[in-house]
Amino acid sequence: MTKSPEERQPVKAFGWAATDPSGHLSPFNFSRRETGDCDVRFKVLYCGICHSDLHAAKNEWGFSIYPLVPGHEIVGEVTEVGNQVKKVKVGDKVGVGCLVGACHSCHDCTNDLENYCSKRIFTYCSKGSDGTVTYGGYSDHMVADERYVVNFPESMPLAAAAPLLCAGITVYSPLKYYGLGEPGKHLGIVGLGGLGHVAVKFAKAFGAKVTVISTSPSKKEEAVNHLGADSFLVSHDQDQMQAAMGTMDGIIDTVSAVHPILPLIGLLKTHGKLVMVGAPEKPLELPIFPLALGRKMVAGSAMGGMKETQEMINFAAKHKIAADVEVIPMDYINTAMERLANGDVRYRFVIDIGNTLVNP
Amino acid sequence: MAKSPENEHPQKAFGWAARDNSGILSPFDFSRRENGNDDVTLKILYCGVCHSDLHIVKNDWGVTTYPVVPGHEMVGLVTKIGSNVKKFKVGDKVGVGVIVDSCKNCENCQQDLQNYCPKAVFTYNSPNFDGTKTYGGYSDFMVVHQQFVLQIPENLPLDASAPLLCAGITVYSPMMYYGMTQPGKHLGVAGLGGLGHMAVKFGKALGLKVTVISSSTRKQAEAINKLGADFFLVSSDPEKMKAAIGTMDYIIDTVSAVHPLVPLLGLLKLNGKLVTVGLPEKPLELPIFSIVKGRKLVGGSDFGGIKETQEMLDFCGKHNITAEIELIKMDQINTAMARLANSDVRYRFVIDVANSLSK
Repeated sequence: MTKSPEERQPVKAFGWAATDPSGHLSPFNFSRRETGDCDVRFKVLYCGICHSDLHAAKNEWGFSIYPLVPGHEIVGEVTEVGNQVKKVKVGDKVGVGCLVGACHSCHDCTNDLENYCSKRIFTYCSKGSDGTVTYGGYSDHMVADERYVVNFPESMPLAAAAPLLCAGITVYSPLKYYGLGEPGKHLGIVGLGGLGHVAVKFAKAFGAKVTVISTSPSKKEEAVNHLGADSFLVSHDQDQMQAAMGTMDGIIDTVSAVHPILPLIGLLKTHGKLVMVGAPEKPLELPIFPLALGRKMVAGSAMGGMKETQEMINFAAKHKIAADVEVIPMDYINTAMERLANGDVRYRFVIDIGNTLVNP
Repeated sequence: MAKSPENEHPQKAFGWAARDNSGILSPFDFSRRENGNDDVTLKILYCGVCHSDLHIVKNDWGVTTYPVVPGHEMVGLVTKIGSNVKKFKVGDKVGVGVIVDSCKNCENCQQDLQNYCPKAVFTYNSPNFDGTKTYGGYSDFMVVHQQFVLQIPENLPLDASAPLLCAGITVYSPMMYYGMTQPGKHLGVAGLGGLGHMAVKFGKALGLKVTVISSSTRKQAEAINKLGADFFLVSSDPEKMKAAIGTMDYIIDTVSAVHPLVPLLGLLKLNGKLVTVGLPEKPLELPIFSIVKGRKLVGGSDFGGIKETQEMLDFCGKHNITAEIELIKMDQINTAMARLANSDVRYRFVIDVANSLSK
């Protein structure tokens, strides 16, 4: 007979889950595996709310498995380690991001690109190696293979660092891979949300000149004065867009709604690169002439491998980069999800799990 | 008052031009400048018929000013050189491709990427810096700035070398730029026409495994037996396409009609690169998941700079690579254009200008 989520694994766990595509979350009892030889077990202190959590809770991508415990920007304190674990010890501050497993033998895995492995296991809503569904960080504790656990340097403020585990790596990885993280480059960042604001911070730390491209003129002041962007373009202002044509070496496009990319291609210099990290549900229109005539490219990127995630955390610690967050109690989650759907957050909600997740 | 094409320059010239968007070409008298200190004059022996010529004569892109003399794949013999010309001498076998001038100052020109200069002067249908219009290679001779003249390797047959000046460089340049050069890697070539067949030849010469991706089986035997492709994938066969998912490192997409990108992107491995060198008039659909999931990219490319065009020609000389051509007479050009519109050519028409262009 099929076991209930509470009985499938030996260690009791508690969190909040969505049970249907309304996406409404509520308290949920489940269980996790025991700490294996290579595992790290940690008490969750904070968990960032990624827009993917909202998409998944509402089954917008069509592959949600309910009940669904979201959360893949998880920070906590180690409580137990398996006897083969070398990276961390009890009491260390650690994080887990979007992945908790992969095949470890394919070409991608052997090149530290577990995020592209065809057998990768996501932190939530994925079939684990034992066939059970994975549950994410909106929960009291996590257990994960050491390979998928990153160390947080002592100096890092934990609540603000949590979003780096998804938002951070999602923009850091393509900045490096596509050669955009170099001093003197002019980068455009489209969309100023969770991904966009972290992209501005990383790009400035790389020594780039940064222009934020947004539909909301109201974000200009923050972009320039608070986040350090060098300039701000309102994307529906034809004059501004025209004046900026052919000025950017690269653009990181974080917008997850369907939108025209022709104007963005126009902003690129010749040989420029438009990198898509937002994930619109419907196809975009790709005009070929502008790509050809300027030898430009449109490329994609998804999350990052574990080695580069640790590299990104270390870089962030060194440059004092963290997300701008609004810390919320667990029971605010449904309101937070609604506000997130309306883009009403500067710039990431983070759930104070350690202090507010209470099993009644 | 504006001078007529016959009178605007001192030297009389003769060629074939289209006079309206029917695209029909006919004999045309015009003129060319004197050979300046930096110029090379070449008697045109052969000129390839590029699909762009067809687009331009019919004004498909809305940029044509009539009368237009097409032709940007020409080879010929040097008949005169200016006093500053050291690289060429009379009698040399040379070629001229897609551009005949550029600003020479911008960042792109400084990096030998004249093809991306915003002021590049195209070989035909383009304003010269003196305000007159350029006329292309369906004509008896050209006068060109030495910087835009290419040496044709001694060992290559001239007629079959002509298409290298556009088709050749158009696929060679992105293959170099996007790094499609590691022996043993797997290259897909979508479309087997003028561009596609050159991509197959270059791919094999670079030691790549090459799969031709085509909508019908018609070209399969030729692709494998004559051009040396390793495999042939029919894009309309769902099972074969499925079996080929995630197997290619790169794809050169030469298809100029609107077509679905998703199945091609699916053929790419992680970090795979799809470069479009065909120029569909309308945008293509790009679902973002198709490039996000495997960190793939779709890139564009537009013929090549002069330095790399010479490099490409030298590479062809070394590997004995030329185009597969059908030689035609000048007065067969309209029939050839009609056949080209139906892709009925293996794989480039070349006009035997010297032997058939007569008043």
